[in-house]
Amino acid sequence: MPSARPLSRPRHRARRRERASALLTAARTPRGAIGLTMAAVVVLAAVIGPLVAPQPATALVTLAFGKPSGQFWLGGDYLGRDVLSRVLDGGWVLLVMAVCATAIGIAGGALAGVSAAYLRGVSDGIIMRSADVILSFPQVVFALLLLSLLGPKLWLITLTVGVSHAPQVARVLRAATLDVSERDFVRAAELQGMRPGKVMVKEILPNLVSPLMVETGLRLTYSITIFAGLAFLGFGQAPPAATWGTMIYENRIGLSQNPWAVIVPAALIALLTIGINTYTDAFARVAIGADRRPEEAALIGNLGQELGG
Amino acid sequence: MSEVEGRVAQPSPTARREARLEVTGLEVRVGRSGPDVVRDVSFAVQAGQVLGLVGESGSGKTTVALALLGHTRRGLSITAGQVLLDGTDLLALNPRDLRAARGARVSYVPQDPSSALNPTLRVGTQVREALQVHADVVGNAGDAGDAGDRVAEVMREVYLDPTPELLHRYPHQLSGGQQQRIALAMAFACRPSLIVLDEPTTGLDVSTQRHVLETVRGLCRSYGVAAVYVSHDLAVVSGLVSDVAVMYAGRVVEIGSTARLFGEPVHPYTRGLLGAVPSPERAERLTGIDGQQPRPGRRGDGCSFAARCEYAIDACHTEAPELLTVASRSVRCLRARDIPATRPERLPVTGLFVPAETSVLSVRGVAARYGSTPVLSGIDLEVPPHTCVAVVGESGSGKTTLARCVAGLHSNWTGEITFQGTSLTHGARQRDKSVLRRVQYIFQNPYTSLNPRKTVSQIIDQQLQQLTGLSRRERPVRTADVLQDVSLAPDVLSCYPDQLSGGERQRVAIARALAVEPELLICDEVTSSLDVSVQAVIVELLRRIQSERHLALVFITHNLALVRSIAQSAVVLREGVVAESGPVEQILEHPADPYTRRLVEDVPRLTVIGGLR
Amino acid sequence: MLTLFLVSVVVFVATEVLPGNAAFAILGRNASPVRVRALENQLHLNRGLFDQYWTWISGLFEGRLGNSLVNSQSVWSLVEPRLVNSAILVLVTGVIGSFLGVALGAFAALRKDGWFDRISSVVLLAATSLPEFVVAIGLIILLATVVFHVLPGVSLLAPGTYAWSEPQLLILPVATLVIVIVPYTMRMMRAAMIEALESDYVEMAQLKGVPEWRIVLVHALPNAIAPTIQVIGLGFLYLAGGIVIVENVFNFPGIGQGLVEAVNGRDIPTIQFIVVVLAAFYVVMNILTDVIALLATPRRRIAR
Repeated sequence: MPSARPLSRPRHRARRRERASALLTAARTPRGAIGLTMAAVVVLAAVIGPLVAPQPATALVTLAFGKPSGQFWLGGDYLGRDVLSRVLDGGWVLLVMAVCATAIGIAGGALAGVSAAYLRGVSDGIIMRSADVILSFPQVVFALLLLSLLGPKLWLITLTVGVSHAPQVARVLRAATLDVSERDFVRAAELQGMRPGKVMVKEILPNLVSPLMVETGLRLTYSITIFAGLAFLGFGQAPPAATWGTMIYENRIGLSQNPWAVIVPAALIALLTIGINTYTDAFARVAIGADRRPEEAALIGNLGQELGG
Repeated sequence: MSEVEGRVAQPSPTARREARLEVTGLEVRVGRSGPDVVRDVSFAVQAGQVLGLVGESGSGKTTVALALLGHTRRGLSITAGQVLLDGTDLLALNPRDLRAARGARVSYVPQDPSSALNPTLRVGTQVREALQVHADVVGNAGDAGDAGDRVAEVMREVYLDPTPELLHRYPHQLSGGQQQRIALAMAFACRPSLIVLDEPTTGLDVSTQRHVLETVRGLCRSYGVAAVYVSHDLAVVSGLVSDVAVMYAGRVVEIGSTARLFGEPVHPYTRGLLGAVPSPERAERLTGIDGQQPRPGRRGDGCSFAARCEYAIDACHTEAPELLTVASRSVRCLRARDIPATRPERLPVTGLFVPAETSVLSVRGVAARYGSTPVLSGIDLEVPPHTCVAVVGESGSGKTTLARCVAGLHSNWTGEITFQGTSLTHGARQRDKSVLRRVQYIFQNPYTSLNPRKTVSQIIDQQLQQLTGLSRRERPVRTADVLQDVSLAPDVLSCYPDQLSGGERQRVAIARALAVEPELLICDEVTSSLDVSVQAVIVELLRRIQSERHLALVFITHNLALVRSIAQSAVVLREGVVAESGPVEQILEHPADPYTRRLVEDVPRLTVIGGLR
Repeated sequence: MLTLFLVSVVVFVATEVLPGNAAFAILGRNASPVRVRALENQLHLNRGLFDQYWTWISGLFEGRLGNSLVNSQSVWSLVEPRLVNSAILVLVTGVIGSFLGVALGAFAALRKDGWFDRISSVVLLAATSLPEFVVAIGLIILLATVVFHVLPGVSLLAPGTYAWSEPQLLILPVATLVIVIVPYTMRMMRAAMIEALESDYVEMAQLKGVPEWRIVLVHALPNAIAPTIQVIGLGFLYLAGGIVIVENVFNFPGIGQGLVEAVNGRDIPTIQFIVVVLAAFYVVMNILTDVIALLATPRRRIAR
């Protein structure tokens, strides 16, 4: 009687790679390793930078746009402050703000997107309509609009950018959730008498980890871009403080005298965003098995396919 | 069929001089040097004959089919072998000549016409294109008027009326059967020497399937076309083809005339498959094959089937078998000479329909809608205790909606559904936990009904936690018991669903339902996404559990043949209304309703005409 | 349409209501009560909320945009030349960028995993991550100051003049924005085209013996048109935000630069107008791409 014989498991079946190890696997691909290294170098510089900076970031110690020398490796800025010290000091605030804004955007967007898609009906309409409204403003414009009225406070800039991320995250996650909540295991949970909130947290959310991670990587890059851009426009930390975006703005008139005052902060920002993006791409390839971003998959309408088990 | 008997199959390719198609030593690998997907495949087909290429998912049958046109899916490549069509090797042609041959000398009918027809081109354009790109073969079909005539002609051959309206439609405006006829028209348009049909009737209802099959048979005969018909469905193949090649794990394991193979199978896999095919004529216990087909690269040194084979000896695991000629067919089995060339016997199913006074479930006058579209109306259904009632219908008959209404997954219905004497509320959210526990639902697709982020033990534990008062200590005991009941080893507990085969997943789903000791089990097309050998195992499992646990069972299916092996009574649905209901024997043997009669007649049967002994 | 209405409400509420009183925001905390009252009058702040909104929105439609608070000129006269300049910038960039993005994306898809695709995928990944102003600074360093000095790095056009008077000033801003949007559109186009090329119907066409060129042009391309339109639309939408930064880097007298100036000068009527224009562009562009994409898809256009 064949059906009575218990089946034995083939030995080669390894324990399942969990999400955490998808991050590791991605780090071991050439792309992931390069990306992670690039981002890590910049993060390291930003974090330990303030501790090792040779000069105070705001002290006038050399000539305005002074050429690099043995004492001032990267020369002086437009006021004669040490560029190297300002570069080392000017990163960590940007990083903290980017991480916070990303967290706000992802958390808010995920909450809105998942509940809109699972609950459908009126809540879907309200949530997605509000998302449309925020989406109608380019992110920088949205930030500028609020800053113009409330003043350039750092927490406010962070909050604004975080909020402006949320609708985009919500859209991606709504599409992903629509697909997941169509599946029968969600029906099975409903037949167990599970409450909607619990269904979303326990059944749906675990299946959205990969797109959420990819979105987090993308939003982190965008946050850095926007914060640096706003600082460049003059909406960042108040003047004497050093930030990379502000440094580029301040020193670009002296490009021909001391280009390093512009090149180095610009290169650090570029290294950071490219690094994060490259690693995110590597992760997407490992975890989702495609070299597409969720937004691109949503465009061609096969996000669901990529989420498939 | 009788002409087949005189010319007993001699599958060694050299023996058939007059063969139109000769395939020798075909090998397809992953990449250029990766594991083989298909290996050592040889067969021959004569003009006007149809060869059936039979196998379950993962056997490599579609890979072989595509290789016959010199094509492979992404990432695969043909690394060895010849495909001789009228003497020329298609695999040796340069890309230009190969393109000229495709569609003209060898053509292809896809499995799923809804995705194989271009959604942005009108169907007339697509048929005409098949002629125009081979204008040199067809004659001056490039000429507009002439091409129009030919298009009309090939459309008529597949029984489509070539009205301008039809030709101007887009594929999504046609029914599945019409789409497949368009695909057939394109395939036959240039009068090819060989047609490769890749499961062309898989998505179709039985009646449409039968008409398509008749069309194929007629066209092959009248134009002397050789055809290779790929299918997983032995019953479909048995009525159509003269020779059969059975594939397993990328190799042909048995090849010979249809009568020989299906009448007196030798290879244990062929025997297993035949034991798994449900019969609408006899109430028999199906015998399936446990386990799953090994994937490319994991097929081992010995016989790939050894792990699932009841005849396997030690040598089978180490020594790869060669094709042997035994009892007038070729078999790839070390023990071919020891196994009796007979059809495996199946035990009869006992237990007839006994009319009862009471009902576990009774459905009265139920009508249901999707939005404003009515899908069901006036449905009556009684499920007596300890009885399995089959609900049979074609796609769109509303059978799944009925099941979902009962389970509480579809709440837009009117009428009355009574379970154990109490009337059921519409949605699952309004039902209390005791009702949710006692009515259990098993979903069609085990690939989506288990949360891929949870282990088997978490999946079953959650069910117990939600629906029973069992303590943290009692739950694992119950879980272990129920897994044993569905014949799963305890080590699946720590597995995630994607580490399990389809059959194993469906057992987990059944275990999840049984764990809470239900009184009514609703099975919604539970075997339709499984291979036939696994389907048999699951149906037999459900049959055993139903009779052991005295469950009431509602078995939803489109497959009328399956009904006989599990149900005592049946309800036939047609477009949302009950066409006929009654005991299974009565419905299958003396259908009263004309629709049911046609349905029963159109069920493909495993026919082996003229058994040789 | 509803979205547009809601957008205008948001802009209005944000600018007029949020900070408590716009007059204080403009004049500072310790402004004299008389001046505050005068300004309130000018801004109609002393009236009811609905009234204020109605005055503003009807003015928007009738072209009465009020006067700038900075120099008392009418907003329209200040913004109009900027609008034209930005429109030129967006149009030129959008056309070049979409064309390049779509063409290169389709080419990469056709030669998937070929040398062009491999190299471009790495370059694209880097390019999509770069902030606009970093690209701009890079170009300035390369072409206008440090390395070569062939192009003007900063526009010297006075606000109020039109860009066509000195077309060479457009080169660097356009180049920057093209570099920013091409990777974005190219990646999407590649994905859309691969989707079409790997479909069952393309495989079927191959098996019918349809020639390669015909498969690409007749079978794959029409199915990639809808996503292509979306891609082009998204490129233009991206520009709506991109110009704000890039115009400021190059001191290009468009609405992006105008917005930053207005924000610095707390010029509320000007901010309101520019933000509404950008948002309206966004919404209209969205609707337009959706409609065209719908028309290009028979499956969605024609019901069964």
